[in-house]
Amino acid sequence: MTLESTNAHESPFDPAAPLTPTGNLRRRRAISRVAESGATLAAALAVGVLGIVVYGVLVHGAGALSLDFFFEGAPNGIGPALVGTAEIVTMATLLAVPLGVLVAVYLVEFGGGRIATPVRLALDVMNGYPSIIVGVFIFILIVEATASQSAIAASVALAIIMLSIVARGTEEVLRLVPDSMREASDALGVSRWRSILTVILPSAVGGIATATILAVARAAGETAPLILLTSNNPGIEVSLNPFEAVPNVPGTIYRLSEEANPEGFARAWGAGFVLLALIMAANVGARVLLNRSRRKMAG
Amino acid sequence: MSTAASPAATGSVQPSRSRSAARRRSLDRFGDGLLRVVCAAAALTAVGILVLSAYQIFDHAGPAISKFGLGFLFSTEWLPNFGVFGAGVMLYGTLVSSFFALLLGAPIAIAIGLYLSLLAPKGIRGVISPMVEMLAAIPSVILGFWGILLLAPFVQKHVEPFLHNTLGFIPLFGPPQTTGASIFTASLVLTIMIIPIVASISRDLFLAVPRDVQDGASALGATRWEVVRGIVLPTTSSGVIAASLLGLGRALGEAIAVAQMIGAGEKINTSLFETGDTLAARIANQFPGAITGMHKASLYYCAAILLVIGLASNLCAQWIGRRFDYRRMVAR
Amino acid sequence: MSSVEQQFGQAGFEPTAPVPPSRVRIQSGPLAEAGPSAGRREPAVESVFDVREVSVHYGAKRALQGVNMRIPRSRITALIGPSGCGKSTFIRSLNRMNDSVPSFRLDGEVLYHGHDLYAGNVDEVEVRRRIGMVFQKPNPFPKSIHDNVAWAPRNLGLRHGLDERVEKALRGAALWDEVKDRLKSSAHGLSGGQQQRLCIARAIAIEPDVLLLDEPASALDPIATASIEELMHSLKGRFTIVIVTHNMQQAARVADETAFFGLNAAGGEPVGTLIEHDHTEKIFGHPADPRTRDYVSGRFG
Repeated sequence: MTLESTNAHESPFDPAAPLTPTGNLRRRRAISRVAESGATLAAALAVGVLGIVVYGVLVHGAGALSLDFFFEGAPNGIGPALVGTAEIVTMATLLAVPLGVLVAVYLVEFGGGRIATPVRLALDVMNGYPSIIVGVFIFILIVEATASQSAIAASVALAIIMLSIVARGTEEVLRLVPDSMREASDALGVSRWRSILTVILPSAVGGIATATILAVARAAGETAPLILLTSNNPGIEVSLNPFEAVPNVPGTIYRLSEEANPEGFARAWGAGFVLLALIMAANVGARVLLNRSRRKMAG
Repeated sequence: MSTAASPAATGSVQPSRSRSAARRRSLDRFGDGLLRVVCAAAALTAVGILVLSAYQIFDHAGPAISKFGLGFLFSTEWLPNFGVFGAGVMLYGTLVSSFFALLLGAPIAIAIGLYLSLLAPKGIRGVISPMVEMLAAIPSVILGFWGILLLAPFVQKHVEPFLHNTLGFIPLFGPPQTTGASIFTASLVLTIMIIPIVASISRDLFLAVPRDVQDGASALGATRWEVVRGIVLPTTSSGVIAASLLGLGRALGEAIAVAQMIGAGEKINTSLFETGDTLAARIANQFPGAITGMHKASLYYCAAILLVIGLASNLCAQWIGRRFDYRRMVAR
Repeated sequence: MSSVEQQFGQAGFEPTAPVPPSRVRIQSGPLAEAGPSAGRREPAVESVFDVREVSVHYGAKRALQGVNMRIPRSRITALIGPSGCGKSTFIRSLNRMNDSVPSFRLDGEVLYHGHDLYAGNVDEVEVRRRIGMVFQKPNPFPKSIHDNVAWAPRNLGLRHGLDERVEKALRGAALWDEVKDRLKSSAHGLSGGQQQRLCIARAIAIEPDVLLLDEPASALDPIATASIEELMHSLKGRFTIVIVTHNMQQAARVADETAFFGLNAAGGEPVGTLIEHDHTEKIFGHPADPRTRDYVSGRFG
């Protein structure tokens, strides 16, 4: 229709018409609105599911809580499991954080070289490694070798899961340290190792702490390795012996959920409440730390 | 009072100073070297863990591999008492549940990513983004427990009958079973797990599409959706695919929630509403109680298969992500 | 009589709304001088834009104030002036592109063919279909050259004769000969000047009513800049063109009318405003306002 017009101003539309949709715009606008509604609905769905799950755990779990619940063992409470999880996660953290920081230091400060690329790839792959496989691996490595389950085995498995989170978070924050700091250190004649240990790492402590908290939150909720490597009996007595199969919270929840015992369900909800509350608190805390450090860097 | 620095203070003249300086320098060099070696060892440990785990698992699966060969992948007989094992049921369950979760979850997650990056005002984005990421933080054992006690009955009472009535001509949507433990409900929980991973990465990808190209599209009289469909999505397509593969990996490897919800079925049922099993869930269920050598070896064989599938999906994600994005693909 | 004349009587001179007698409108620009004293040599030209007392705020900050001008049809109007005087803000307000800035607020009226651009029932997508824009930095889509030009017409449903439309647009942007053998190749393989001409082709492919150009040559080298200028001449007459430029020689060569935006320091903080708007020869030859004279002579050697 308009292809023949080459002289001035023969438009396919009347420019002086009111500025309401012409041509196919009405239909296209409707399609766009549908798409926008769909996206909004999807977001609402995600928030809704989060709310439903959290609400469910809250409502069912709150009823089971009591002082006994926290301090006594089965069948009244999950005290030993709480202690067991604390012990296992603490040991895992003591393993994972130094190792993860060292890996990150290698990637950033001694960076490059031929092993940097496979190391980075390995960290990324490890992040998506099925936790049951990690459990099977450590079963072979430790449980088979020592012929018994133990808290140590569980800690090593959790440390592997935590490693990539700590390493990646530390690497990010080390990269944020300005090169000028490193150059100044060199110019003053301070050796690499001294400047790394006394200047660079301390300035990255906030980021390392955040990464650690996130890693702990992840590890505390991991169940699959624990089932294979330590006990999921709800635990009658507190046991601090790391060479024994100590009870733990996620394993307890799993065990109670598989038994068709309604009383057990009540305790499982309670344990779930405690676990979820701790993990959510850790996530929120990490986020707050992150925002604060971001605000500090923006100056 | 003179404030000029004395020559002695600058330290290179007197012999005793140069001796301690030399000692300091060699200590420094030693320290540098030591730190470098220690860090390199740590880095290699990361690689070593992966390599060693793969080796050990395949090694322990050896007896089952040599006895059953590749037929293990297709055989659906799993009879510990008779020493006959086959992973067909679990392989089927793993693939069906994971791909179902991906098909359902990825579009929802991409829509969420679009909302968070292009639609939501900054304040709302700051609130809803963390909430979506919190969804990923829920431990799978809690999700599975909630799933079997609260979600499954609801689905079994309301959703499955509806689907059966409307889509029952497709064998996938057979009649609902009594307990609600089924591939379908397990897949729903896997969907919940996949969504935050894909959504967060997609959101970041969409946010990174340059503003000026989107403005150029708007200035041509295009609606918001047309800008998304014509510019934002094509630009980020490979990143979104990589993110989806990462989500798939999560679903493939999930043992606990699936074990709680899928019902430990022993045969391949065509209907999604019946029980089934996955590789990860079977390992979680039977590994602690396995006694005979062949039983254990077969479970290791299952782990080996799972390792291969999980690695394949993850490596594909990394490869696609690295080729087209400069940022590494990592699930948050 | 065109529909415009039907609606507005004599081409564009009568105000579309009655002017309250108490309000004195400081109207600048050649169109304002016409009227009863019709001693003009050229025939009356209708205006496409009628900007009335427009001021723009970004949150608390005032970016533009007191702009009154009429932009004539089928002519090239250049907006010149030092940085920070609101030229870009002004031109982006002409096609609702400032909407994406959350703190943006416009007071006054921008009338396009008599319709208030910022009225409640106006569809901004329709506005941008009629009023196209080319940006300072070339922003081709990550698609082939052909798809860059064909994308918007496809959206609009103009699928018939799409290839001819693409060719016509590329010819109109003086790019056809350079790319006709590689229409399927990526647009990112083009040079800066070619990319900008591609953006122009993209804009004219949907045959807009108005073409807004925000410093289209400032990111380009001198040779590419010259090619853009030649383009302006050939596009004149087909479209109403408004072009923001820092290059006064360019404005002098290309534009029919020129508007000078400067800072008005009266009343505390300096704010960008329209200082003088007239035929190009008058602005560069014997400008009325001393501020215009300073700016124009300062640059001209």
